[in-house]
Amino acid sequence: MATVELRNLRKTYLHEEIIKGISLAITDREFVVFVGPSGCGKSTLLRMIAGLEDISAGDLLIDGQRVNDTDPARRGVAMVFQSYALYPHMNVYRNMEFSLRLAGMPEAERRRRIGDVARILQLDPYLDHRPGQLSGGQRQRVAIGRAIVRNPRVFLFDEPLSNLDAALRGQMRVELASLHRRLGATTIYVTHDQVEAMTMADRIVVLNRGVVEQIGTPLELYHRPRNLFVARFMGSPAMNLLPARIHALTPDGMAQVQAGAVSVSIPTRHGGPEAGTAGTLGIRPEHILIDPQGAITGMVTISERLGAITLLHVRLTDGQMIVVQTGGDNTDRADTPIRLTLGEEHCHLFDADGMALAREADHPLLSDL
Amino acid sequence: MDKAAIRAPLTASPAGGGARSRGLQGFLLQSPAIMLLLVWSVVPLLMTLWYSLRNYNLVDPTRQGFAGISNYWYLLTDPDFLTSLENTAILVGGVLAISVGLGTLLAVLYNEEFAGRGIARILVISPFFIMPTVAALLWKNLMLHPIYGVYSAMMRAVGLTPIDWLSRYPLATLVMIVAWEWLPFAVLILLTAIQSLDTEQKEAARMDGAGMVAQFINITLPHLSRAITVVIMIETIFLLTVFAEISVTTAGGPGVASTNLAFLIYSRALLQFDVGGASAGGVVAIVVANIVAAFLLRAVARNLET
Repeated sequence: MATVELRNLRKTYLHEEIIKGISLAITDREFVVFVGPSGCGKSTLLRMIAGLEDISAGDLLIDGQRVNDTDPARRGVAMVFQSYALYPHMNVYRNMEFSLRLAGMPEAERRRRIGDVARILQLDPYLDHRPGQLSGGQRQRVAIGRAIVRNPRVFLFDEPLSNLDAALRGQMRVELASLHRRLGATTIYVTHDQVEAMTMADRIVVLNRGVVEQIGTPLELYHRPRNLFVARFMGSPAMNLLPARIHALTPDGMAQVQAGAVSVSIPTRHGGPEAGTAGTLGIRPEHILIDPQGAITGMVTISERLGAITLLHVRLTDGQMIVVQTGGDNTDRADTPIRLTLGEEHCHLFDADGMALAREADHPLLSDL
Repeated sequence: MDKAAIRAPLTASPAGGGARSRGLQGFLLQSPAIMLLLVWSVVPLLMTLWYSLRNYNLVDPTRQGFAGISNYWYLLTDPDFLTSLENTAILVGGVLAISVGLGTLLAVLYNEEFAGRGIARILVISPFFIMPTVAALLWKNLMLHPIYGVYSAMMRAVGLTPIDWLSRYPLATLVMIVAWEWLPFAVLILLTAIQSLDTEQKEAARMDGAGMVAQFINITLPHLSRAITVVIMIETIFLLTVFAEISVTTAGGPGVASTNLAFLIYSRALLQFDVGGASAGGVVAIVVANIVAAFLLRAVARNLET
């Protein structure tokens, strides 16, 4: 239906630059998620695309047309707000009808369209209810319905699920994903919840302080974080990061890395690190193995049992804290010693500037990228 | 055995006597409040009712006696009474229309960002802090006086003949003065109401293609409807009894052109010394106020329901 292109978009409030030059091309029917910590500018960027914020510099193109100065209603975009922003004094039907009525659509056409959308979203029984009489999930659906009836070229979602409880959020996530498959509309979705990002996105854009840290598919970000920020941000529990030093490089590309009491050799591609430099060793909690013969020793301080998995917080002999993810049948208790080994092929290595060094190992789904 | 055991504590408790003494205690503790209510509202009401049925004129206090309904008859058939009712309605309606209409627009305006908004807000609210008597005197002598009033000077400056507002258009001028006093109240209530309007709602309306006017009609006004009802109710209660402004500026004149119900009662009692007739007017005023209040409360209740 539509492509969206951002060309070096910038936003300046007074003297402070909030969005520092973002370029991005979104293809037709793509589901793109903006993630980042609060204050990273993701919502501002979305509002700039919606037309609710002025664009200070750069170009915004929808279907190849520059829409920087086009009125929000004429951009062909529809937005679902975090607070839903339903009109409280209008019933569900009137909420969805509002934009169509303003556009001067004939009554019969409006009725038909709203009927169709209400059926898709299972809102038929609630058409004459007011938003105040609906539950959170129903309000959410009305807000989505209000966006759909306009038949927009691009859907914008601003943290739409953050006001729902955990169970409903999971359910709405699935509904949104299947709705996207069904409508096939180009979608831009802002969230701070990485589960939403990982599960729904075709591509994720990680933002930090107004710049793009990395753009890629969910698995790409998870397995090939471009820098420490992305490594830290994607994944829960977060990746363990240990300050390290590269001791030596063997001719076959193994880097001997020392991080406190931990010593590992990591396979790297050539042209990687140099011996003697400082950096950071990263390893995800699920890639640390409990091993009675392991070289790494520590003490379990807390064990979080989530049922399916167990998270062990371990204090290493050199005082560093790491998190180990293991099965739900784990029996290690707090204040007991433990021995660990690192899955060396899963280790990440970052240089002194926090940029990732190329890795040899990869996820099977990523091999064709 | 079991049943007896269950019943035993019940029969043992000294329920009757305790409850009675507690009731007496409660009555004693409530009585100061009840006494206050009696002295300040019920006694005057009863006295008014009593006087309204008697011949009682301060010009000749010796002529007393039961008057039956002649006080009421005399009042209701008096053409001045009808005029005063009409004037009351015009005064209430006119002030409501100006203060709510203009107040809504001003509230929207003062909700926008502009330089010096804080000072402007204080200025728009300040007339509310001026006593009615002082405000009326200000308007009568400083603003509208045909010889040394500010407006007269302004009119002369552009070559127009000054107008003696209070004698040419007494009721309209009073409506203006009272509206000037009550506009701040409306702005204050409506401004606080408008500030609670979710900005995302306005943005959603903007994305739905609503311009400024459509946003105002479809989003802002419905949001303000409760606040507007509250303003109308409170203002009506006070506007029914406007007195100081009339007494200071026109004294109800010329003739009875600016006499409302409250001023009519005052003039009966303290200008014509007819206590009986004034009391009958007071009773009529109470009836009128209650009819209006019943309608208003019903409207407000309906509006607050949803």
